[in-house]
Amino acid sequence: MNKKIKKASRHTSQNEGLIFEKSSPGKRAFELPPLDVPAADPAKALGVNHRRAGIEGFPEVSEIEVLRHFTRLSTWNYAIDLGMYPLGSCTMKYNPRVNEFVARLDGIATEHPYQPQELSQGCLKIMRLLEKCLLEITGMDAITLQPAAGAHGEMTGLMLIRAYLEKLGNPRKKVLIPDSAHGTNPATAVIAGYEVENIKSESHGQIDVDKLRDLVTGDVAALMITNPSTLGIFEQRIPEIAEILHAKGALLYMDGANMNALTGVTRPGDLGVDLMHLNLHKTFSTPHGGGGPGAGPVAMKKILEPFRPVPILVEKEGGRLALEPVRPDSIGRVKAFSGNFGVLVRALAYILAYGPGVRQATEDAVLNANYIRKHLEGVYELPYSLPSMHEVVFSDAIQKKNGVSTMDIAKRLIDYGFHPYTTAFPLIVAGAMMIEPTESESKEECDLFIDAMKSIAVEAATTPEIVKTAPHTTRVRRLDEVGAARKPVLRWKPAVPRSEAAD
Amino acid sequence: MAYPKNYRYTKEHEWISVDGPLATIGITDYAQHELGDVVFVELPKPGAKLETGKSFGTVESVKAVSEIYAPAAGEVIESNAELQNTPEKINTDPHSSGWLVKVRLTNAAELNGLMDAPAYEAYIAAKSTEASA
Repeated sequence: MNKKIKKASRHTSQNEGLIFEKSSPGKRAFELPPLDVPAADPAKALGVNHRRAGIEGFPEVSEIEVLRHFTRLSTWNYAIDLGMYPLGSCTMKYNPRVNEFVARLDGIATEHPYQPQELSQGCLKIMRLLEKCLLEITGMDAITLQPAAGAHGEMTGLMLIRAYLEKLGNPRKKVLIPDSAHGTNPATAVIAGYEVENIKSESHGQIDVDKLRDLVTGDVAALMITNPSTLGIFEQRIPEIAEILHAKGALLYMDGANMNALTGVTRPGDLGVDLMHLNLHKTFSTPHGGGGPGAGPVAMKKILEPFRPVPILVEKEGGRLALEPVRPDSIGRVKAFSGNFGVLVRALAYILAYGPGVRQATEDAVLNANYIRKHLEGVYELPYSLPSMHEVVFSDAIQKKNGVSTMDIAKRLIDYGFHPYTTAFPLIVAGAMMIEPTESESKEECDLFIDAMKSIAVEAATTPEIVKTAPHTTRVRRLDEVGAARKPVLRWKPAVPRSEAAD
Repeated sequence: MAYPKNYRYTKEHEWISVDGPLATIGITDYAQHELGDVVFVELPKPGAKLETGKSFGTVESVKAVSEIYAPAAGEVIESNAELQNTPEKINTDPHSSGWLVKVRLTNAAELNGLMDAPAYEAYIAAKSTEASA
């Protein structure tokens, strides 16, 4: 009796095949009623070229097989609802259920953007109130809620800068970007038609202000700053930086991705920032998953207001709200309708649920990051020692001596039940480990994470192979990332062509 | 890996080697080591103009996408088509078969401003002590 016993697939521990591999001829997950109209010939209707005989390898499965397949896959995901997600710079905070409750209310969930504005006053009011809240939080004068994500907000911001400078007669040529900025900033500047000039940080990880003074000429359109920077450090000389730029007619753009360190405590508008984007899916607790959608509103000072994307939300007599479609100097639309409205609703729900308490959320986020820093300092190397804000950046320098890299430690964290931190970013720290716990984690959860990191450091020193070959407890082990990038398999192909198999 | 004596080197870790009217450009062993496994290269087409110090292509590794800067001005005659299917040559043989482009130089005298092999070796040695300090 050597026959291998075939077990039912237990999705909690076994791998799940592709749906194509489950296919068997004739199965289907739908039942259509009999045709009660004359049959049309698709070749005639669409043209012979558009008619194909069949789809090679198209899966034929029953309804419950489809359902089980996708339900099993869904349980493989790691989510903030399952555990801590210290992915630095991403602000993976809890998405409060009250946000979802509000977004699903009938009067909100069933609204349609083509509805007459008289019947959409509630939705417009939500947008208006969110605008006001975000302006209060950022210290700015005007805002657009349209951009669909952070990078889209950056793009909108740079288009605003270009429009503003063009109106003054010269769009200028260069955008300055510190090496501690977010990676999307240079890409945005290039797509907006600017040449990028990098500024190296000084030894403490701050912008080199003296160097900046030399670099700001009449050719510079703006400086794109991330504050706190990707090192998790607050740029202390930001008002001075703003002055240097303004003296030469250049603008200060702030990437607001790290706004979770500032909300309710300080306002970029008060620090001399001219415009900035916010990531509602980071700071304001809307979901990140499944590719978003996100929202990247851009808040700005008065000077940029005439260039805001249309339509503009305006207050008419009697408090009635309207979307004004035409503005002579507007950069135009940057997104269909009013942006990702469902995300805007969730962000407002979060802000209103907290009220002035957003300040404590910020303080707790900073406290958690510093708590972790204090406990892991010395265990892992801390390349920059200025106070941390909402995240802390270590390096793998100590572990590297044993051949263990930030990537290995990140993979090993999976075995301890945590989502990895951000690896190898920011680029100015070799072997960076960027940890952002957010305010959502309790002291107990932070302690578990600290214990895991300490335990991995011991392993790296005594049994480095365990770390270098991690993860060990997942369905698939260490993946060949290089092979996947160099020789990607982009499409499943049947092992034996269906037509031959049927013969 | 030894740095060929007849090559010239930039601070951005490109090498350039002149052979008659043509020059060959690639990235150094130090650069490939810093980048990690290279998975994709984007190079200019023949006829493209290179400007000294300006980016002319990108090298993508599992860690990051990095710009490649022109050590000297010139016109691209050929780019290394083999790298499309075997980008790993940049890791295994950066100074030879992992070359990126061949160019006709505008002004060969530009190379005098670049580092020779001993100067480049001293430059990267200083860089690694700076990194571990």
